Amino acid sequence: MKIRYRTLGLLFYFGLLMLPIYWMLNMSLRTNADILGAFSLYPTDITFGNYLKIFTDKSWYSGYINSIIYVSINTAISLTTALPAAYAFSRYRFLGDGQVFFWLLTNRMAPAAVFLLPFFQLYSTFGLIDTHIAVALAHCLFNVPLAVWILEGFMSGVPREIDETAYLDGYSFPRFFITLFLPLIRAGVGVTAFFCFMFSWVELLMARTLTTTVAKPIAATMTRTVSATGLDWGLLAAAGILTIVPGALVIWFVRNHMAKGFALGRV
Amino acid sequence: MDKWEDNRAWFLVLPVFVIVAFTAIIPLMTVVNYSVQDIFGPGQRVFVGTEWFKEVLNDPRLHEALWRQFLFSGLVLLIELPLGVGIALMMPKKGWGVSASLVTLALPLLIPWNVIGTIWIIFTRPDIGLLGAAINNLGIAFDHTASPLDAWVTLMLMEVWHWTPLVALLAYAGLRAIPEAYFQAAKIDGASAWAIFRYIQLPKMRGVLTIAVLLRFMDSFLIYAEPFVLTGGGPGNTTTFLSIYLVKIAVGQFDLGPAAAFSLIYFLIVLLFSWLFYQVLQNVGKGEPQ
Repeated sequence: MKIRYRTLGLLFYFGLLMLPIYWMLNMSLRTNADILGAFSLYPTDITFGNYLKIFTDKSWYSGYINSIIYVSINTAISLTTALPAAYAFSRYRFLGDGQVFFWLLTNRMAPAAVFLLPFFQLYSTFGLIDTHIAVALAHCLFNVPLAVWILEGFMSGVPREIDETAYLDGYSFPRFFITLFLPLIRAGVGVTAFFCFMFSWVELLMARTLTTTVAKPIAATMTRTVSATGLDWGLLAAAGILTIVPGALVIWFVRNHMAKGFALGRV
Repeated sequence: MDKWEDNRAWFLVLPVFVIVAFTAIIPLMTVVNYSVQDIFGPGQRVFVGTEWFKEVLNDPRLHEALWRQFLFSGLVLLIELPLGVGIALMMPKKGWGVSASLVTLALPLLIPWNVIGTIWIIFTRPDIGLLGAAINNLGIAFDHTASPLDAWVTLMLMEVWHWTPLVALLAYAGLRAIPEAYFQAAKIDGASAWAIFRYIQLPKMRGVLTIAVLLRFMDSFLIYAEPFVLTGGGPGNTTTFLSIYLVKIAVGQFDLGPAAAFSLIYFLIVLLFSWLFYQVLQNVGKGEPQ
């Protein structure tokens, strides 16, 4: 009987959790006139016009493409640089290792607002403003330290005897790392990629500051609509719903490993 | 576990070092540079020493924003932690329900932060929002754009909605790590559900809960996009948090000197907390009976 109450409580909470998202979905399936004209708990006259507009208007759909491009570049950079570094932190003692590790962590906690102006200047100097790589690099500020942190946790869970045996067997470091070690921590790599994707996908402030038109992320396209007069709620809701889709897909792929990443407490 | 001692490991850290130097050290040096100079235009700058720091530290609006920020972060912790632990305790231990619960919980975490604001505007507006209309129908006037209290209530609801799942996920991970033998022993002893929670589950969750406290404190301390979209810092300045105020000075008024001084002070506060975070994290689990 106790179990049933728990399940009911959980279902109730999940209901509350989904309610605001449902409400946005409801809005996205109605025209703006319909939304402002009548209050309704569900769409009586379903229309996909809002979604159609986003998929056919380049100023809308290019926002999604831009976001996905810089998030992918960022995840790739974060993973490739963090993998060797995490291995070093998990296996070796070297000059200043503790200090460097802590310094990396502090960047995970740096207020994005602090870095806005200097980033703008720095990337202007290199002519990188309004490129995907600029946003990808800026997001490395918090994602690279995060990736090192999570990966180090997973790598420290692999016994060192494996490394020793491989070196005795004549493996070179790169060959050992790629053919033996990486497969052992593939869950960790998946979890890390998930978190890099997540934090780069949800960030707006830097992405908006460093882009104007060519690489403008979807989040910035949406804020432009918010400040315009005579706002189209239906369109805004549809754009919002579409920003949830990539995240939901990614969660589905890592759902079994996610709990382990959280268990290490390295988010 | 003793590690191999080898300074050549630095070569493995080098790529990370270079990339973080480019994204963190150089910009930070620029901020330091701004904070001690008065810049009129290209090539026209005067060294002003600590003047900007004095100005910023004496700014009453900054003090207000700082207290507001501590109040906000404090409330966030008070509400989200017990709620998150409660949800974790209700979650199933095995079967398909585990995956389903994890995916549902993680969903709000993957929504871009400004979209979170948008969702809650749509949800709480008195004319088109479900919550706003419902409250107004009860006879209570509710409008987060006009009343500071309503703005705070809406912000807290949004924040709790957005981040409690993270606490729940962490707490759940902590609960799953407790060996089944503990519960069997408790059952034999006839322990009540409360006793199991108080003497087994809670102590065993100490590690993850410490992390949850510090993560939630840190991230709520840096909050920007959600209140910016939802309230824009208003009505008045009643929801202007540190990041919002900083961006207002830096980008809105383009006062580089004060903004840079503010940035450094802000960063130092966060640094202090991240150092505490690191120290606590290093000591978690030490001296805990296994």
